Amino acid sequence: MPQVETQSLFKHFGEVKAVDGVDIVSSEEEFLVLLGPSGCGKTTLLRMIAGLEKPTSGDILIGGQVVTHLPPRARGIAMVFQSYALYPHMTIYKNIAFPLKAIGMGKEDMKKKVEWSAAMLGIERLLQRKPRELSGGERQRVALARALVREPNVFLLDEPLSNLDAKLRTSAREELYRFQKDVSITTIYVTHDQVEAMGMGDRIAVMNAGKVRQLGTPDEVYSDPADTFVAGFLGSPPMNLVETPDRIVGFRPESFLPQQMHEGPGDLVLLPFTVTRIENLGADRLVYGKLEERFGHAVAIANLPTSFTRYPIEPNQRYDFAVPRKDVKFFDPRTGLRAEPLPL
Amino acid sequence: METATPAVKGALRSRNPHLSFFFDNEKVLGLLMIAPAVLYILALVGFPLIMAFVYSFSDITIGSADFGFVGLENIESLIGDFEFKLALKNTILFTAVSMIIVLVLAKILALILVKDFRGKFIVRALILMPYVAPISLGVIGWLWMLDSIYSPINWLLQHTGLFGPDFWPMWLGKPNLAISAIIAVHVWRMLPLATVIMLAGLASIPQDIQDAALVDGAGYFRQLFQITIPMMLPIMLVAVLFGIVFTATDIIIILVLTRGGPYNSTQVLVSKAFYTGIDAGDLATGAATALFLFPLLAAVAIFMLRIARRTEVA
Repeated sequence: MPQVETQSLFKHFGEVKAVDGVDIVSSEEEFLVLLGPSGCGKTTLLRMIAGLEKPTSGDILIGGQVVTHLPPRARGIAMVFQSYALYPHMTIYKNIAFPLKAIGMGKEDMKKKVEWSAAMLGIERLLQRKPRELSGGERQRVALARALVREPNVFLLDEPLSNLDAKLRTSAREELYRFQKDVSITTIYVTHDQVEAMGMGDRIAVMNAGKVRQLGTPDEVYSDPADTFVAGFLGSPPMNLVETPDRIVGFRPESFLPQQMHEGPGDLVLLPFTVTRIENLGADRLVYGKLEERFGHAVAIANLPTSFTRYPIEPNQRYDFAVPRKDVKFFDPRTGLRAEPLPL
Repeated sequence: METATPAVKGALRSRNPHLSFFFDNEKVLGLLMIAPAVLYILALVGFPLIMAFVYSFSDITIGSADFGFVGLENIESLIGDFEFKLALKNTILFTAVSMIIVLVLAKILALILVKDFRGKFIVRALILMPYVAPISLGVIGWLWMLDSIYSPINWLLQHTGLFGPDFWPMWLGKPNLAISAIIAVHVWRMLPLATVIMLAGLASIPQDIQDAALVDGAGYFRQLFQITIPMMLPIMLVAVLFGIVFTATDIIIILVLTRGGPYNSTQVLVSKAFYTGIDAGDLATGAATALFLFPLLAAVAIFMLRIARRTEVA
């Protein structure tokens, strides 16, 4: 399956720079997630790859071929929309068959293909229904079956899970991940939900203000954020970012624990902490508090598993919290980019 | 407090509690507010319609107080009448041909106007112009455009060399030309409304669905005929229904442009009913002629609404 590549891609809507110089290369058969807050340009980027939007400048390559000026139908792609965009006046069978009809496939072959695709998604019994008679989850499968039926080179998915309710979303996430691994088709997936991105992506491109801030595996972008935006966007709650005169110091709430709770050997950075408030979220306890004088009494959050009950934490008390030295990240205060560590 | 109390008491006392509660009753208030509309329809639509029905089964004429019930005699004699058959044929011809042209043109205009381009505002205003102009004034304008001596259309076509020096068509003077002219003016009249309705239908199709069709490999015409038009069908039928009713019942265009001539070639049922019933004074035949359209149009309306409903539900 071919790879997708964008070369210094720009898209400006008047003054607004929706996509502002994006160079990404997806590997073959990869599940690549474009993750970012709304308005970061991820959907515009996807629509340009689909051919639904013309870039202001730059090139798009699919399988090594420049497709920048080809219409969507000549790109060998299939797309699933947030609204699923099923054709409301056609039966499910006709919906799935539509891409095949467009390439002029014969009736017999078409029937086989539609049935194969429907079977892949377990929707054979829905073929004679109309989209309005289907539930959200069923519609999403029909949209996937319609995308699959032509066996495209690339799948483009635009927030396909955001219209499902929270419970269904978890199982749909799992199904979608398995489906992509089964069919082994290069997939570009747009979402603003970091749980989806972390859970499904082989790699994640974190975007903000039209630019890709970091491209890496979920582990890389989470543990080794390239800049303060990525550090502050991923994680819930996100990384604590504390300003010191020379560096911005970052550490994840879940590695910021009472000193005694750190197990095993390893160099610890001691950060005395005055607790102001405790939020019990069920599985976790979020501990809000202030660091000491040399960090300008900056506010930080610690994320303690509720199961750790050995060390009681009370508001308005000072505790010795600590972070493993390897988990402390340093950023340049001017550029926000990663910088050399300084002794703390 | 003390000073205000007498005034408040006075205000309460001066209001009739029964009357104010009477108007608070939604049933009473509702009836009261809908009454003017009901009276208006009964007096100006219902009563004349019933009178027309009664007249069409009678031998009533203007200038005579005699009233005899003749049953279906009027209608029987109409069916055998050559001029009536011509008028019926013309009504159907004008309506059908102009509706087909309007549908195609309105669809094209709507497809153009749904796109963004420079000067769209002016184009849209120009297209809507015929609809906001009073119809009689517009048609008087056409009377001049099609005039046998001063026609600017002929002048323009001759001066651009499209017509030869001796070619000067009498638009309203020859039967076939007059029929074409009437149809053209009907199209001009109906086009704006149909375009606006189509534009609304077009705008109601989600962008995602148009995009999906593009990605799924549909070319322009596949998208138009398999996605856009089927999804617009219910609203297109509304446009057709309005068009048929407006065109089939119109009298102004005929009255101003041709008065049914030449040789009755542009006479339609409504104009025939007017000339027979009012000008010639044969109220009974006029009423029967006018009412001939009633079941026809009612059938068309029911048929159209059924189809629209089915495409909606299906």
